[in-house]
Amino acid sequence: MKPFALKNRHHGLKEQIIHFCLISAATVSILTTFGVLFSILFEAIEFFQMRSFWYFITGTEWSPGVDDSKFGAVPIFAGTFMITLIAMAVAVPIGLGSAIFLSEYASDFLRDKLKPLLEILAGIPTVVYGFFAAITVAPAIVNFFDSLGIHASFNSALASGIVMGIMIIPVISSLSDDVIRAVPDSQRKASLALGMTQGETISSIVLPSALPGIISAIILGLSKALGETMIVVMAAGLRPNLSWNPLEDMTTVTVRIVDALVGDNEFNSPDTLSAFALGLVLFVVTLILNIISISLIRKFKEKYKVNTL
Amino acid sequence: MSNYSGSQASNPFYDPSLNKRHFKAKAFKSFSIAAIIFSISFLIFFLGDMVYKGLPAFQQSYIQIEVTYTEKTIAFTRKAIDRKYRKVVSRAWLRDIPKRVKANPELLGTTQMTWVLLNHQVDQYLKGHYYKVKAKDLKLIQAMQEQGKIELHFNKIFFTHGDSKIPENSGFKSAVVGSILTLLVTMVVAFPLGVMTAVYLEEFAEDNRWTQLVEVNINNLAAIPSILFGLLGLAVFIALFGMPRSSPLVGGLTLALMTLPIIIVSARAALRSVPDSIRQAGYGLGLTKVQVVQDHVLPLAFPGIMTGSIIGLSQAMGETAPLIIIGMIAFIPDAPSSIFESATVMPAQLFTWAGMPERAYVERTAAGIMLLISVLISLNTLAIYLRKRFEVKW
Amino acid sequence: MSQKNSTKISVQNLNLHYGDNHALHGIDMDIHTNQITALIGPSGCGKSTFLRCLNRMNDLIKSVRIEGKVIIDNKNIYDKDVDEVAVRKRIGMVFQQPNPFPKSIYENVAYAPLKHGITQKGSTCDELVEKSLIQAGLWNEVKDKLSTPGTSLSGGQQQRLCIARTIAISPDVILMDEPTSALDPISTEKIEALMLELKQQYSIIIVTHNMQQAGRVADMTAFFHLGDLIEYAETETIFINPAKQKTEDYITGRYG
Repeated sequence: MKPFALKNRHHGLKEQIIHFCLISAATVSILTTFGVLFSILFEAIEFFQMRSFWYFITGTEWSPGVDDSKFGAVPIFAGTFMITLIAMAVAVPIGLGSAIFLSEYASDFLRDKLKPLLEILAGIPTVVYGFFAAITVAPAIVNFFDSLGIHASFNSALASGIVMGIMIIPVISSLSDDVIRAVPDSQRKASLALGMTQGETISSIVLPSALPGIISAIILGLSKALGETMIVVMAAGLRPNLSWNPLEDMTTVTVRIVDALVGDNEFNSPDTLSAFALGLVLFVVTLILNIISISLIRKFKEKYKVNTL
Repeated sequence: MSNYSGSQASNPFYDPSLNKRHFKAKAFKSFSIAAIIFSISFLIFFLGDMVYKGLPAFQQSYIQIEVTYTEKTIAFTRKAIDRKYRKVVSRAWLRDIPKRVKANPELLGTTQMTWVLLNHQVDQYLKGHYYKVKAKDLKLIQAMQEQGKIELHFNKIFFTHGDSKIPENSGFKSAVVGSILTLLVTMVVAFPLGVMTAVYLEEFAEDNRWTQLVEVNINNLAAIPSILFGLLGLAVFIALFGMPRSSPLVGGLTLALMTLPIIIVSARAALRSVPDSIRQAGYGLGLTKVQVVQDHVLPLAFPGIMTGSIIGLSQAMGETAPLIIIGMIAFIPDAPSSIFESATVMPAQLFTWAGMPERAYVERTAAGIMLLISVLISLNTLAIYLRKRFEVKW
Repeated sequence: MSQKNSTKISVQNLNLHYGDNHALHGIDMDIHTNQITALIGPSGCGKSTFLRCLNRMNDLIKSVRIEGKVIIDNKNIYDKDVDEVAVRKRIGMVFQQPNPFPKSIYENVAYAPLKHGITQKGSTCDELVEKSLIQAGLWNEVKDKLSTPGTSLSGGQQQRLCIARTIAISPDVILMDEPTSALDPISTEKIEALMLELKQQYSIIIVTHNMQQAGRVADMTAFFHLGDLIEYAETETIFINPAKQKTEDYITGRYG
């Protein structure tokens, strides 16, 4: 009798099959990313064969669906920028403030109660936020500015921007909270022992330490705002509008994508394909933001040797 | 904070310069408290607003009048009721008279006092909302109200009907069925793929460029805006593979790709939390790697994997944008019976209703939101419960 | 050994509770100016807890309740009209693990003086940083790299940076909580030499696990056991001729 059994060949085969299945599964995620990229890229290339890329990037007139249709996306980018700016103006201070409260001031008891509530906020579907923006916030804004004698549109950038900001609060607060809590307690103690107030300790020691993570959270929120669709589809306008006034109606990249694809246009018309050109822009921008965000959080992790983020 | 108001010369620790600094510290704290209060009160206001707007939808107005069932009224259903009521009752209710007689043949030839569904304008009037009802009809309604012949009943239709162009006849059922079918496809695809990917990355993969590529990819996949997955679904599943537009199949596959990174990330975390000693114990017994993972590591990681999958499921349940792109906002009166038929899902139905001009749809949208959010909160609570219940500290 | 009788800190009947756990039992102790006082005892004896009472760091722990008096300059620091921030400004602290801020060496030292308004940005601040680093015996090692992160220094250097940071705000007292237990013998020696240097200007209270260290640096030594102050006397007395059996048992290594 041999002291060690020879490798069971049948057994080896089974292991190999399983191994192969696992690799195939892992490949799907790669295929998906490239699937998204190429499905957008090919249609977008088709679009740019029909229309000028340069005009798309720099043109200020967007008028699809007419004989002399024009596809200058600048007003669309501007609207996206404005609504995103409003959203971030709401989400950054409130999200960060909430994170600071939860991680630095709240007792464990309070924290255990409040965190799930913020998670509910994070779990509300965007279509619901959109409904809320259109049916509650937008009319309230119109009424408020009416009482001041200022005209505001029912599809104002302000309404969708504010609600989008609220949607992003938990994105920023959750990650920032994790990062702030990962700053070692010895830092706080050292600062307090030097006779610093708690506020000074947080603002001068804790927050600067957590800064890469916080910026990463903000960038993640920014990327969410740029790609957000339902809120703007339901509460923002359809009209490409190059304006600085947040009370006017404006449109965004995502709104135009939906608008182009939901109609009964022919698939190969420039009207439809323009959606893919806009989608390509969105893809590239959010990809870059994500890469920046990931590298920042990696830096933070290395600095404090935390693995929980 | 201590009270530092004492300014006696006897206090060697009295330091007036600290007042300003304490004030700043307090302002900073107040700011953070204000932020959290804003977040929480928004949530309360928002949920309250939805309940306030949605609760009336769970009741619907009925009027008690005589309905005559004859051959003639089955052919011309408008004639089944007195002429003066024709403008206030629901067209949909009258349209269904033949169906009702078919179900209860003994009705034929009789005249019954019956609770008849009122139309949505009257319903909105009775609920105290904006309405469009002619003065003559309004008088009739008020008279009937005084006789106690108008009542609000539980709105069964909302749960048993699909969408309808007649507001009082529209319900959430086909959207619920559509959601279930779609999410079934999603989980059947995403769960095994996600878990297998996680097992591969955590247990089998060597740290080489290929593995790093997969990891970077998963991170990026999670950050791609959901609407772009809709573009993928449209270009690949529908245009390239020729799958039926608007179907739960395409919707489910699209959502599966979005859910994949969530499941992978949580499954990896769950696998990582299983201590190496378990694996070494397995190898010590002469088990192969596959046996160790399959029989010892995976069962221990299972609760964590379930938690992540439930969270992924609840996110997919609320997703709308990509489904709009692949056409799942079609008008669907009847619930789909297979994953190849046209269907809509809960959030898409809400989107459709939200765009309707009639006031009656607003309360239906809010009611649908109440249902959807209840389900989502329940799912998340379940996930948290699972996490707490099976959490093992190694 | 100079026999200074001026009392810097007078602790009177100090009791401390962590929730239901009575951790310090009626401690009475006078700590003298310009001396090094060592607190020794087995782990969990309350010596570190006691140390943290002296600059009100225990206030940060929610479940802690403190009774009794800690009198500094004729004022009980637990009086209602005393601001704990002002207390900590006067009673500096160095921790077990070196914990420089993730800022530059310069900023580590300048941070507190600037916030306290002791100095303004510019040349006076530069001077203060230099002076503090010289006092902490670190200047020659770091003068060419003041803008590099404090965390890039070695453990011993980091700890001296923490001391420099503390003395930059000219406290009256420096509390040290096992300052060398995380360091190698050479760094430990440097810190001990530094302590002897610093006691000319400051009163130092050090918690240590290491009895030899107490013997080497301390003028006075207090032996704690299970929340009681068993014996408090001049270091020589404690080590050579302790009054209490428990002290002797500990000194001779019967437990601890």
